[in-house]
Amino acid sequence: MNNAKIEINFYLNNKKQNLLVNPSDRVSKVLREDLGLMGTKIGCNAGDCGSCTILVNDEPVCACLMTVAKAEKKNIQTIEGLSLNGVSSLQKSFLKYGAAQCGICTPGLLVTATALLKKNSTPSKKEVEEALSGVLCRCTGYQKIITAIMNVNSEEEIEPVFHNAVGKRIPRIDGLKKVLGTEIYGADYWPEDSLYIKIVRSPYHRANFEFGNLKQWQLETEGLDIILTAKDIPGENKFGVIPNFADQPALAVSEARFKGEAVAIIAGTYNSISNLNMDKFPINWEPSTESLSIKSSKDKNIDNIHSDRENNLLTVGKVISGDPETIINRSTFQVSGNLETSYVEHAYIEPEAGSAWMDHDTLVIQACTQAPIMDRDDTAHILGLKKENVRIIPATAGGGFGSKLDVSIQPLLGLVTLKTKKPCRIVYTRNESMISTTKRHPSEMQASVSADKNGKVLSMIFDGDFNTGAYASWGPTVATRVPIHASGPYYTPNYKAVGNALHTNGPVSGAFRGFGVPQAAALQETLYDQLADICKIDQLEFRKINALKDGQKTVCGQELYGVGIYECLDALSETWKEGLERIKKFNEHSKFIKKGIGLGSCWYGCGNTALPNPATIKIGIDKFGQLFLHQGATDIGQGSNTVITQICADALGVSMETFNLIGPDTHLTPDCGKTSASRQTYITGKAAELSGKTMRSKILRLSNMGPDAVIEIKNQSIFVKHKEKEQRLELKDMIPDKDNYVLSSIETYDPPTIPLDENGQGKPYAVYGYGVQMAEIEVNKELGTIKVEKITAAHDLGRVINPLLAEGQIEGGIAQGLGLALMEEYIPDRTENLHDYLVPTIGDMPEIKSIFIEKPDPEGPMGAKGLGEHVLIPTTPAILNALRNCTGAIIKKLPALPHRVLEAISEANVDTRKN
Amino acid sequence: MYYRPENINDAITTLSKGELTIAAGCTDLFPTTQEDSLGSNILDISAIKSLKSITIEKEFRRIGSGVTWTDLENEKLPNCYDMLKECSLQVGSRQIQNLGTIGGNLCNASPAADGVPCLLSLDASVELISTNGKRILKLDDFIKGSRNTELKKNEILSAILIPEKAERGHSSFVKLGARKYLVISIAMVACKINLDGDIISDIAISIGSCSAVARRLGELENTLIGKNVNSDLTQDIYNFDYKNHISPINDIRGTDAYRLEVAKVLVKNSIIDTINKFKKKGQYE
Repeated sequence: MNNAKIEINFYLNNKKQNLLVNPSDRVSKVLREDLGLMGTKIGCNAGDCGSCTILVNDEPVCACLMTVAKAEKKNIQTIEGLSLNGVSSLQKSFLKYGAAQCGICTPGLLVTATALLKKNSTPSKKEVEEALSGVLCRCTGYQKIITAIMNVNSEEEIEPVFHNAVGKRIPRIDGLKKVLGTEIYGADYWPEDSLYIKIVRSPYHRANFEFGNLKQWQLETEGLDIILTAKDIPGENKFGVIPNFADQPALAVSEARFKGEAVAIIAGTYNSISNLNMDKFPINWEPSTESLSIKSSKDKNIDNIHSDRENNLLTVGKVISGDPETIINRSTFQVSGNLETSYVEHAYIEPEAGSAWMDHDTLVIQACTQAPIMDRDDTAHILGLKKENVRIIPATAGGGFGSKLDVSIQPLLGLVTLKTKKPCRIVYTRNESMISTTKRHPSEMQASVSADKNGKVLSMIFDGDFNTGAYASWGPTVATRVPIHASGPYYTPNYKAVGNALHTNGPVSGAFRGFGVPQAAALQETLYDQLADICKIDQLEFRKINALKDGQKTVCGQELYGVGIYECLDALSETWKEGLERIKKFNEHSKFIKKGIGLGSCWYGCGNTALPNPATIKIGIDKFGQLFLHQGATDIGQGSNTVITQICADALGVSMETFNLIGPDTHLTPDCGKTSASRQTYITGKAAELSGKTMRSKILRLSNMGPDAVIEIKNQSIFVKHKEKEQRLELKDMIPDKDNYVLSSIETYDPPTIPLDENGQGKPYAVYGYGVQMAEIEVNKELGTIKVEKITAAHDLGRVINPLLAEGQIEGGIAQGLGLALMEEYIPDRTENLHDYLVPTIGDMPEIKSIFIEKPDPEGPMGAKGLGEHVLIPTTPAILNALRNCTGAIIKKLPALPHRVLEAISEANVDTRKN
Repeated sequence: MYYRPENINDAITTLSKGELTIAAGCTDLFPTTQEDSLGSNILDISAIKSLKSITIEKEFRRIGSGVTWTDLENEKLPNCYDMLKECSLQVGSRQIQNLGTIGGNLCNASPAADGVPCLLSLDASVELISTNGKRILKLDDFIKGSRNTELKKNEILSAILIPEKAERGHSSFVKLGARKYLVISIAMVACKINLDGDIISDIAISIGSCSAVARRLGELENTLIGKNVNSDLTQDIYNFDYKNHISPINDIRGTDAYRLEVAKVLVKNSIIDTINKFKKKGQYE
């Protein structure tokens, strides 16, 4: 319902504003929709995330919680107001210290921190934390944000890097727009006169439905252009990230299989759609018996969710080697355990958003994504278009973590534009984003591990059920990846692991940083501690004894080299011993407050599991001497734009600043594959290395210079020098190709893997990364609360391409690992917002110390390995092990919320008394 | 329509003419919708200056209902208000504290309303105003249940009144949540103590998020009055029959059994915190 518009007067970034507005509109809406100031980001519309923070008379408030009527006579400052006199020192500091990753929360943080610094120019860490308590960041783990604010007055300048960029702390090359608030995310751009889209979704977990007279309703409703249902889809109404398992309709046909599933699209003007009254929308729902848990998915009395998938079983993955069943019973020591984990929501601060338009006969979609080529292919398939007639331009992603791999809004945007021939746009609400997109798989796992009298692991048996929700998504990947990784980075001669992906009517489980491995590692690593204790061997020593070593075989029979797990463990040895002493002393004198330390290890294969996943990098030089890097890997905050450029610059032998970045854009960049599976630094990085080398050898050949020559591109020429000798290649005289390049190189790299046989034997990945984290925690034994005080993280990256960005990955991964361990539990119907679904705030983060191990990988570019997902795997078990070490509590269900911890502590006390 | 009167008389007159949603800080109103706008028929009371002040009147202190959490943090108040200040700092985040009001917190009547235990422990009353005049209700009479108050459609909660005689001693607020900031309480306790030498002469203990409405634990208070603060009070606190006085529910934040179990711990911690303030600051600072 609209109010009569009123005139209001206020100052916005020092300029007088006089506006005619709906007085009860949110200020955030007025800033973005009425004034076109896109720097203020909307993450939740509920005051839960703080990304829309503005200053009202110098005080931070959430613009989404303030009616514009209240702005009367006020001074309002937004992110756009911070750089009125050039880039502010705080913005520079954010850049320098790597405080922005995806950048969606950055404007809110900068505005909030500006208010703090105005009152207190040298805040303590605690003061920074209190001041920033209201802004959630899902990428960084907050450490670099705190550093950037505390060091805002530091004189230290960033040194320019001319050659040898690899290994240097280079700030992200796409960072300036993020700190200025000018970066374009999915919600920030749309062609003029775009239609606005609303999606009709199932309110039931499972229901059949029928539409009434849609035409009539449309006629009776003002401002609508079109209503579309499954019947309007021109192609095959089915998508999925793994072609053989594709099963998800873009719009459900007659049965909705989960709450939030899309059933119809309504498009019209912004005003009509945002004020749409849906009370009389003609649809009839007939709810049917739903299954929401792994247990109920096995209930024969409930109809299968997909008629062609018996017992709701999507797929099974397994790895078998040796004779685990026999050996486990004959071993000197055994331990068994089980663990249940919950749905975990990605909770990126940017809800899905994007726009679409026609460019002649090409459908262009600019939206948030991690996988532009997959989006193009799925969208073309659903819409019955040729792939070349769909162009995906990834908008900067405001976080992804796996969920933006699957298409969400793309086919829906495409359908509206295709049917209406008009541009259109959509922005999900926080609730829509949470109910309709993928989650981390809930799991129920059991495992047993055995060792000989010397603490050598002899066998392991693992069995895990994974709730993959209503549709396949990445369920098959989780079912396959988990058995390969469930041994942990340890030599395990006798092994059997099974992963089942089961359908329920819960949200679709997809990819989330680690594809099921974090869940499995939480069980395996906690069992390792218990086994070490039974063997009476120090927990770190026990891991060292069993750590995979060069030349040893994995549970898949793959011989590994460049294995850095032992080195990671070794790097923590001293800290571990010192920590054990310190904590023992503390606990002797403390009754209710206990301190604990614990370890967690990880390994993780980079890239697709035994499937092709090539990346192609193209470089071109035009006759003006401009160097272009066609970089198709989406940078979702992790830093691939910077890292890939660094690798390419060094391979070619030029300064990083020489490069102009193109893409990603499916019409301009070759396929670099998706941003997932910790593959971009390794696979696209390797393609960049190869392409850079090819360009280098072309230049050397043309200039007839040796391999040690130095290349410089300037003044429409390439100068090639070696000692006294110098050659100049005049570019303006060379003949350009169809892309206007006078010199170009294009190289593809695909990891050499070998498909797995029926026992999971083969070579699933060409490169693995390794890591160990040590958590130090404080537990209140009376309340069951845990405060993580410090995490020391040793990760083997093979070769650190960019230490600043690598630390950012570690710190951010630890934040998500901490959330998984202690607070994150998505419950359909109950936690569909960011105040009931808890992710770590700035005050929940421990001090983090990163230790880089560089054990070169024989395959990775310059020896590099992946890191993105590895970093959150060890955090959860390290925290759980620290808890057990100081209280005896064994957690059986994640997250370890206070009530579960307290229960586990009292059970442990009962067990001790029994013994 | 959207009304934004600048004085209370205009507000109650407007309110007497039709049904309106009263909006103050909007930190509870806006999260109930994902729409761009609060909609129509809004009475925005945030421009009424008289609701924004804290004044001392005969026999009581008057806290305007439009006082924000930040205002409370910044106001110089006697020690017994420490719990309210500590509570204010733990409401949501700085952004929320700058907008949210103490009156709104009471009218929203969430079982997890952070302000309620503190105000119960301060023996607060509320002043309701309409064109029919003013009426004053004890806070525990005002909040009837979860999301349920005595506020009539033509009334505005104009002030919270704290009796002068309740403004004695020190106080503490402890909140238990699953994360540090931006968190809804699993349980919370607000405690205010006055001492006569080392003897507890007066004590008020209120517990929130453990019943539909926060509760004073009067019987426990009576047990503790007359006790020496240097003696071990834990037995008294732990032996109290919480089950008969609070009725926690099982929800996503914690189980009923857990809440019953930690209630006593939070009560103990808040009492220890308060007594430590006497030891640290002295009684008449």
